[in-house]
Amino acid sequence: MAAVQETIEQVRRIDVEQYKYGFVTDVESDKAPKGLSEDIVRFISQKKNEPEWMLEWRLEAYRRWLTMREPDWARVNYPKIDYQDLYYYAAPKKKKELASLDEVDPEILKTYEKLGIPLREQELLAGVVRPEGERRIAVDAVFDSVSVATTFQKELKDAGVIFMPISEALREYPELVRKYLGSVVPASDNYFATLNSAVFSDGSFVYVPEGVRCPMELSTYFRINEKNTGQFERTLIIADKGAYVSYLEGCTAPQRDENQLHAAVVELVAMDDAEIKYSTVQNWYPGNAEGVGGIYNFVTKRGDCRGDNSKISWTQVETGSAITWKYPSCILRGDNSSGEFYSIAISNGHQQVDSGTKMIHLGKNTSSRIVSKGISAGRSQNTYRGLVSAHRKAKGARNFTACDSLLIGDQCGAHTVPYMEAKNPTAVFEHEATTSKISEDVLFYCVQRGLSQEEAVGLVVNGFVKDVLQQLPMEFAVEAQKLISISLEGSVG
Amino acid sequence: MNAPVAALKTEAEQGLATAFAAAAPGLPGGAAVAAARAAAFDAFAQAGLPHRRLEAWKYTDLRRLMRDAKPLAPPPEAAAKAEAATAGAVIAGLGFRRLVVVDGVFAPDLSDLADLEPGLAIASLADQLAADAPLLPAAFADVLPAAEPAVTLNGALVRGGVVLTVAPGAVVARPLHLAFITTGTAPVAVYSRSLLTLGAGAKLSLIETHEGPEGVDYQVSAVLGLDVGDGASLDHVKITREGSAALHVASLIASVGAAATLTTCGFTLGGAVVRNQAFVRLKGAGTNATLSGVSLLAGRQHADATLMLTHAAPGSTSREVFKAVVDGAARAAFQGKIAVEQAAQQTDARMMARALLLSEEAEAYSKPELEIFADDVQCGHGATTGTLDDQLKFYLMARGIPAKEAEALLIQAFVGEVIDGIAQEGLREALTAATVAWLEARDA
Amino acid sequence: MTALLEIRDLKAEVAGRQILNGLSLTVNKGEIHAIMGPNGAGKSTLSYVLAGKPGYEITGGEVLLNGEDLFAMAADERAAKGLFLAFQYPLEIPGVATLTFLRAALNAQRRKRGEEELSSPDLMKRVRELSKKLGIDPDMLRRPLNVGFSGGEKKRNETLQMALLEPLLCVLDETDSGLDIDALKVVANGVNQLRAPERGMIVITHYQRLLDYIVPDVVHVLAAGRIVETGGKDLALQLEATGYAQYQGEAA
Repeated sequence: MAAVQETIEQVRRIDVEQYKYGFVTDVESDKAPKGLSEDIVRFISQKKNEPEWMLEWRLEAYRRWLTMREPDWARVNYPKIDYQDLYYYAAPKKKKELASLDEVDPEILKTYEKLGIPLREQELLAGVVRPEGERRIAVDAVFDSVSVATTFQKELKDAGVIFMPISEALREYPELVRKYLGSVVPASDNYFATLNSAVFSDGSFVYVPEGVRCPMELSTYFRINEKNTGQFERTLIIADKGAYVSYLEGCTAPQRDENQLHAAVVELVAMDDAEIKYSTVQNWYPGNAEGVGGIYNFVTKRGDCRGDNSKISWTQVETGSAITWKYPSCILRGDNSSGEFYSIAISNGHQQVDSGTKMIHLGKNTSSRIVSKGISAGRSQNTYRGLVSAHRKAKGARNFTACDSLLIGDQCGAHTVPYMEAKNPTAVFEHEATTSKISEDVLFYCVQRGLSQEEAVGLVVNGFVKDVLQQLPMEFAVEAQKLISISLEGSVG
Repeated sequence: MNAPVAALKTEAEQGLATAFAAAAPGLPGGAAVAAARAAAFDAFAQAGLPHRRLEAWKYTDLRRLMRDAKPLAPPPEAAAKAEAATAGAVIAGLGFRRLVVVDGVFAPDLSDLADLEPGLAIASLADQLAADAPLLPAAFADVLPAAEPAVTLNGALVRGGVVLTVAPGAVVARPLHLAFITTGTAPVAVYSRSLLTLGAGAKLSLIETHEGPEGVDYQVSAVLGLDVGDGASLDHVKITREGSAALHVASLIASVGAAATLTTCGFTLGGAVVRNQAFVRLKGAGTNATLSGVSLLAGRQHADATLMLTHAAPGSTSREVFKAVVDGAARAAFQGKIAVEQAAQQTDARMMARALLLSEEAEAYSKPELEIFADDVQCGHGATTGTLDDQLKFYLMARGIPAKEAEALLIQAFVGEVIDGIAQEGLREALTAATVAWLEARDA
Repeated sequence: MTALLEIRDLKAEVAGRQILNGLSLTVNKGEIHAIMGPNGAGKSTLSYVLAGKPGYEITGGEVLLNGEDLFAMAADERAAKGLFLAFQYPLEIPGVATLTFLRAALNAQRRKRGEEELSSPDLMKRVRELSKKLGIDPDMLRRPLNVGFSGGEKKRNETLQMALLEPLLCVLDETDSGLDIDALKVVANGVNQLRAPERGMIVITHYQRLLDYIVPDVVHVLAAGRIVETGGKDLALQLEATGYAQYQGEAA
């Protein structure tokens, strides 16, 4: 059998149920009644002890959402979502107020342990088998609708960095949150973002003050556990003048037959000379081999390079979800600001990915770079959709875009839909895209050197995505590489 | 008329309804054609003029750009024909066989019909429609997207055009020149449709020119159907040089057979709003298609080149190069989609779109797109937007060439890549001369 | 003497066309065999059939490597058993550093043979030594495999892989193609260093030139899919003078 044919066969046989994060944690949960109404919005706000203005903001979003239509322009197909058949709030029941991490439900701690997420600072600090010089990572763990633990809070506080659940920030730093919330993704932005604005339950809040370089990587780990529960987290990261922060986001969910909705909003604000690096490894449950179940991932992520010389960099490795609808974008408002988007999107089984970015050049001498690597296997559809625009005043705007797609098998599709809009003659945009399959000859060359078929495909795929993997922080890069292999299991081994 | 006029909101849409009602009884066609026209207008009326929320018309919003609908041009009288005598002057003297279409009607009396090569037949669409020939031959059925608005509206209102047939194996040595001209000083609407059937193994060169009165806001809708048989070879050039106030919407529909060769090049100079859309389906295996275009735009011109190229069978190769030079407050849009169907393994497709912006207010939009369902393919596209290379300009100036001249040279080089791909030398020269004239007008 | 490779009456087709027509050949340990022949004789087909390239159908005969049925093994198993094909046109793998590739190949073979994987420092040490011997710029090891390499660099890289993987049977497919005389000498020198009592080699070439530098023990003429003549190294010189025309008719 020809090498590629063999690979295709293997991919066809792929059992997506090998998803290794598909277990369910047995914890008692505190849920709002099913369905969505003003009362539910009030319920969520009340649960969170929010200030009055926040409730009003949510209600306004909710009313707005009622008038909106679900977008249909993306190349994704899914049955109509019944928004009244979802739980909008689920929180693990607390036995009492937590004084320390030791009081977190041990089942939840076990969950994160199983997922390889270090919540126990002491373990981290003890440095058991930790290579020298490894960076420490502060983690905010979001379990269904609430944050269950945030590590390293004290050390960060000493550095002046605020890193806490957004629900907490709303109570402790209401004015700071109010100043920035919705300033990048307005409550009325789009159907899913508006829904999120009405019902978001938790997420992370980060504020890095002027001149501070955040002393460690920050990360949030999202876990959907409950059945029929939508997850609507909201992340807000502000890097004040001259500040720097690197933030990582990871996501998994149990394996369930029902589709689950995830509609998150992430807002980044970078002031003068500030830099935010945002990395995602998205591994929500993709559904089984027949396309049953899986997460609907409708996410709005946008960064505002508000200050001069600011920089926002998005790196994403998208391997999970039944549907991914996601366009992490940069508004390059400040002069000399720059935006980056590095993406690996892998689809297998019946997954549908419609992802890309928008680079909106508004300021002078702004630059952006887009590197997208799509890999389609099985019966999946993988679309890159991107916009690069230079407005009238965006003198000297620069963009370089490279979009490459790799096809494994003839039952899948790879699509590239870039938009380039230049309203300034000094703007220079360059775009390149290719679509191809893994060359039989290259595979044979590897196999002749002793690599198995799977190893050969894995090697070639890793080479294909290398430019993007390099952008991830080291710890994540290793994890991502493994994840890529698992996602293409059967073809990569 | 039973069109749901409710959908027709704009003045232009209502005007079209009026124009159709007024003209329909006088348009050529038997009962079947009349019914097809009515159905086409109904279909158009359901959707109205294409607008920016339709992805294919994102950058050319006819609801906004077409302010009103002009009355249909009457069949040409003596005055119109006299005016049409010089049609296609831009490429006169190249020895091509000229066929003139005046105000949408084929004029045999103005056309060179002497000594037709064996295998070449030339007829009038109006005559064929009168005999109830279909508005669109079956060969094109799977080439067009469903309810394509421009072609649908054209079907309702078409007055005439040329029908060309080349017998299998016939090699037509003398290029055919379809010279389309709109006459008079009154703003009119002209709907023409021409069809070519190129038999298996046949060869032909076909050149279209489109022109009309300067400063008159007339409207042109032109459809050209190209049915290229197995192993046939067609070389096609379209020169759009409408008057500066004209609206021009042209649709090229091509069905390409196995091992055939299709080369088509569009050259757009004139017109206030120009939309050149091409729907090309490579139906047979091992075809070779080269599609290219150049737009030279200034003032407030708007030109849109939209290409929908489908590889439907294995082993075909396609190459696309589209360039736009945009000056003044003009706007250039390019949308190019290469679709590779599952059966089309071993497809090799490459597309390049480049825009050159020459002024502060110039705008360029491009959307090169790939839609791939076969895995054993090599497909790629590239797109660039930018202004003239300062270093090159400086280099030329350092050699003593004045700035304007240096710019002109660089622009000519930019456009030259496409013009150089045209087979006939005379045509290349004519288009180069047109480019030079455009550059001189720019400097003036 | 022990037979390392025995090819018996081998027949093979590609895309329904018979290319190998009953080819027989025995290579003993320690021997270098040259296979010469006109274009289209089946030289490259032989190398691909031995290495197990997809798309080649075996329609007759058998091949034994160290007494084991070669065709019962997948291509990667053949490699692990010691069969190495130096490609006429080595492939490029973007994004995969040469060193990464070497590690992946060597350790894949070692795993298959039940040997322990080589640690990174050990591997680096060995690769450095070999690179030095072959005059390979260490910088090349960090570059993606064969991407942007010159013809000479690619062939040197093939030789480096051969030296690192220590195969039992080396098949060199037109190693001289695309090389200038200096590059040819470097590559031939590298190959000669690999001559060993337990190792056999098949050097496939169209021209005698290569055999000035890699001196064979036996020379075969392959024409129309069969060995039509076998001789000592003088046969190569003779062919250089007379050309292959005499075999064209004979084979048909």
